Amino acid sequence: MALAAEAGSEVRHPLTPLRYRVVGKRRETEDTVTLSLLPVDRPIALTRPGQFNMLTGFGVGEIAISISNDPAAEEPLEHTIRAVGAVSSALCQTPPEGVIGVRGPFGTDWGVAELSQTDTIVVAGGIGLAPLRGAIRALLERRRPSGKGHLLSVVVGARNPSQLLFEEEMLAWQRAGAHLQVTVDTARPGWSGPVGVVTDQLARVPADFSNAVALVCGPEVMIRYTARALVDLGMPRDHIRISLERNMQCGVGLCGHCQLGPWLTCRDGPVFTYDLRAEGILASPHR
Amino acid sequence: MAESIAELIGRHPVLEGLSPEDVEQVAGCSHNIVAEMGEILFREGDPATTLYLIRRGQVSLEIHAPGREPLVIETVGDGSVVGWSWLFPPYRWTLTGRVTATLGAVAIDGSCLRGKADADRALGYVLMRRFAAIMLQRLLATRLRLLDLYGDGAGS
Ligand code: FES
Repeated sequence: MALAAEAGSEVRHPLTPLRYRVVGKRRETEDTVTLSLLPVDRPIALTRPGQFNMLTGFGVGEIAISISNDPAAEEPLEHTIRAVGAVSSALCQTPPEGVIGVRGPFGTDWGVAELSQTDTIVVAGGIGLAPLRGAIRALLERRRPSGKGHLLSVVVGARNPSQLLFEEEMLAWQRAGAHLQVTVDTARPGWSGPVGVVTDQLARVPADFSNAVALVCGPEVMIRYTARALVDLGMPRDHIRISLERNMQCGVGLCGHCQLGPWLTCRDGPVFTYDLRAEGILASPHR
Repeated sequence: MAESIAELIGRHPVLEGLSPEDVEQVAGCSHNIVAEMGEILFREGDPATTLYLIRRGQVSLEIHAPGREPLVIETVGDGSVVGWSWLFPPYRWTLTGRVTATLGAVAIDGSCLRGKADADRALGYVLMRRFAAIMLQRLLATRLRLLDLYGDGAGS
């Protein structure tokens, strides 16, 4: 059975969470934390950047949260969570050594394994950088042997500088060879970077848009305008991968809560190709 | 050899492709400037006399309100242009422009350019088309920001 746990002989029901212990907790912004997690009993199956897990705050509820590191690496599983509701707030408040539930991994991934021979432009808005962090790390890791290779450009937008995630790490990506552009909507004097919308930064990316691939994640309206801007700059639609969020309940294609047009986001997404159908669905007010 | 003002203008993305005659007309109103980081290029409320074609560097556009810290609402960088207030009465800056990365720019005298555009309507039309395209782009960017692009919880 495909959904059974790979570790051990015991068959795990896909709706049963496994216990994970919080072994690290880092505050990213005022309302966002990253939890580092290790299994209490046994781990979930191997994950790929772009996929998500269902996280349980015991006694509170369960929500879908993207995996925010490169789970192929030998390190704890990481989830970056913004406190916006009861469950996410409870998860953010879990103390070090506390235990939460994890089931997954679910959904499609960014497909970074295919991107080592191509220029890649990563565009993130707000908390949308979290699901892309693992992909960025994996892409930088692939560049490492020669220190050169194809361009990795990271374009990040946020409301203001205090809302930027992974600031230190972004600088490390830059040192590792990524081309980094960070823009905010508004700032106080002293901010030396650009102020403006993320789409305005795209024309400055030193890539051949007709051959590059883009990975885009953020609020849906930001994805829509970013994808359009990339097409206007000459990128073929099928080179654009977007990650969409819906209200997930089961995570395994059973309940229908995550329906988006003809798709179940938990099963057919969250990463989709921005083809004409995706463009139409994103632009439609009725979905 | 240093490039002439006309060469700098003719190669700037905003005025690229103008006829040599039109470039010469604009060059007649222009001079080259360099400004260091932190310098105030123009101040809200002051007479607006200049259009800046930015060759390199960055200018922050700030709004000041009494009792509050100034807010940077936009930055303008390489290959773009800053300053429209010279175009329309009362010819006063509506924002403060502060240099946030060493600036190399062509400064064009607004009243000189208005005079030439009035005298040569074909030149005026060409310039207005170029400027209107940038203004439209900025208007679209402002509308996008009204949508609060990063405002919901998507992506978590
Ligand atoms: S979350 Fe139940 S079908 Fe997708």
